[in-house]
Amino acid sequence: MAYREKVSIASDGKRDGADYEAIAESRVPNYSAAIVKGSMEQTGTPLLSAEDITVRIGTRVLLQNVTFSIGPGEFCGLIGENGAGKTTLLRSLIGLQHSPHGRVRVCGLPPAKARDWVGYVPQKINFAPDLPLRVFDLVLLGCDGHRLGPRWFSRRLREQAHKAICAVGAEGFAYQRIGELSGGQQQRAVIAHAMARQPRLLLLDEPLANLDFRSASELAQLLGHLSRVHGISVLVTAHDINPLLSLLDRIVYLAKGRAASGSIEEVVQEETLSRLYGYPVAVIKHGGKLLVLPDVGPREGEDGCYVVPDARSAEGV
Amino acid sequence: MFASFMINTWIAATIIAVTAGILGFFVVLRRSAFAAHALPIGAFPGAAAAQLLGIQPLWGLLAFVAVGVALLQQLQRLGRRDVAAGLVLVTLMASGALLLSMTKAYGPGVFALLFGEVLGVSSADLLPVTIISAVVMVGVICLYRPLLLQSAFPALAVARGIRAGTTDLLFLILLGLVTAMALPVVGTLLVFSLLVVPAATAQTLSSHPTRAFVLSVVLAVGLMWSAIAFSFWTDWPIGFFVGAVGATLFSSARIFRFVRSRWRSTTAVAPSGPLNPAVFTRPT
Repeated sequence: MAYREKVSIASDGKRDGADYEAIAESRVPNYSAAIVKGSMEQTGTPLLSAEDITVRIGTRVLLQNVTFSIGPGEFCGLIGENGAGKTTLLRSLIGLQHSPHGRVRVCGLPPAKARDWVGYVPQKINFAPDLPLRVFDLVLLGCDGHRLGPRWFSRRLREQAHKAICAVGAEGFAYQRIGELSGGQQQRAVIAHAMARQPRLLLLDEPLANLDFRSASELAQLLGHLSRVHGISVLVTAHDINPLLSLLDRIVYLAKGRAASGSIEEVVQEETLSRLYGYPVAVIKHGGKLLVLPDVGPREGEDGCYVVPDARSAEGV
Repeated sequence: MFASFMINTWIAATIIAVTAGILGFFVVLRRSAFAAHALPIGAFPGAAAAQLLGIQPLWGLLAFVAVGVALLQQLQRLGRRDVAAGLVLVTLMASGALLLSMTKAYGPGVFALLFGEVLGVSSADLLPVTIISAVVMVGVICLYRPLLLQSAFPALAVARGIRAGTTDLLFLILLGLVTAMALPVVGTLLVFSLLVVPAATAQTLSSHPTRAFVLSVVLAVGLMWSAIAFSFWTDWPIGFFVGAVGATLFSSARIFRFVRSRWRSTTAVAPSGPLNPAVFTRPT
């Protein structure tokens, strides 16, 4: 089937996974992200949709009816305090979380069937210094690490890995032992691993944590480039929104197991966040930065007494 | 040294060394050295049980190894790997102590199982060694990439759809098979040495996974051959030479790496390259 016919399948207005599945199953070599992005925008189908995600561990409700979607090429931040459920939500999106309720679709498919479309970068990256693995080897494993049997020499695979390494600026240390690299360099290596199969969606769990200011800024710019230039949708979890402010198209704000999603202006406002937290919060904008604080001024309680909200529960964004 | 009565020794030792080098690469990579210690130690009472029942020691070893693998797998799911290995070790050892107390004719046999009878390998012993070795080699080659990714970064492996529980179980089964195969020939203590020392040395010397894998096998064979040769010439126990040569190899590798890293630190550290997303294009 010719490539144009595939695009017309994707553009016929269906909202289920059939159109993406048709593209995924085709082996059309000249398959551009920009064209896929265009086809998805025409159909109006989000690249990632999560509907009413609820996760319970024992009697504790971690996430409650979380709903949001991400379009092709969008840069989305998943923001929330430590323990808000960001990692749990991310794991639910790729089918790693046990028994979440709700519906997740990636490119119209269940997460387990859409693994080739998703690149995942976990939170804690710490390679052992003696690990006999170079960056290049890790990226190659991103291409075919799940396959059984020996790997025969493949020029295509090596080129694919090399492109992913160049895309994240890791050429300088591509052939160094990965355990001897700095935290920022290891982070880039894992992103290159996630990019190796040319995903449509990149999920990163706290990629900026434990990085110095310069490395965090460079990494944020890199993710922005990947999203804008290649049409890769990016979902980044963070507890500090500010390093990502200039890049974000939309955010999903998690607090108390609930979520609010939309543009930054829609979500990061006192009314929305106060509803989410369950008590008044103040949003302060200063020097292009955002700060969310508990509104610690005493307020009148139901019984007429003045109460002060629990400052420990507040989120400093 | 190459007399006819020694031929079986050389063949069996070489097969065991190659298999231990192959599997040992992943034992060290997955930080499962304690499990590799616990399984052989815990399995050797199986031979005592076989002696009591009047059956081949291999069947007793396989039965105890199977129990050990099942226990390890279940306990690892519940908590830390080292604690799981420790519990398996003491459980099987306790059972072994009970079984050994039931027979008085087993003293020399216990010593042989601890330190091996590599100079007394018969032609009949070669067949199970060869078959089990072939199964382990095929298994490792099939699982090479998933095992490598899971050992390097388990979370990435899970995200790629590799089932951690299944991979862990298959690896433990392979480790159990090597244990049961090698234990009557080289003994409990030498199995552990062959599984850990060559692989750890190879991983210290090479950052390339395939080269480290091959080097692990080469070093295991070299270690085994040199130990047999020294033992033949000096009439000292083979276990001493495996331990001494292994420790020398590993120490030398660490010193070599330290000197090399000091020398390299005088040159510039590779910088992060500039962002170059234009290079990343879809395959054409």
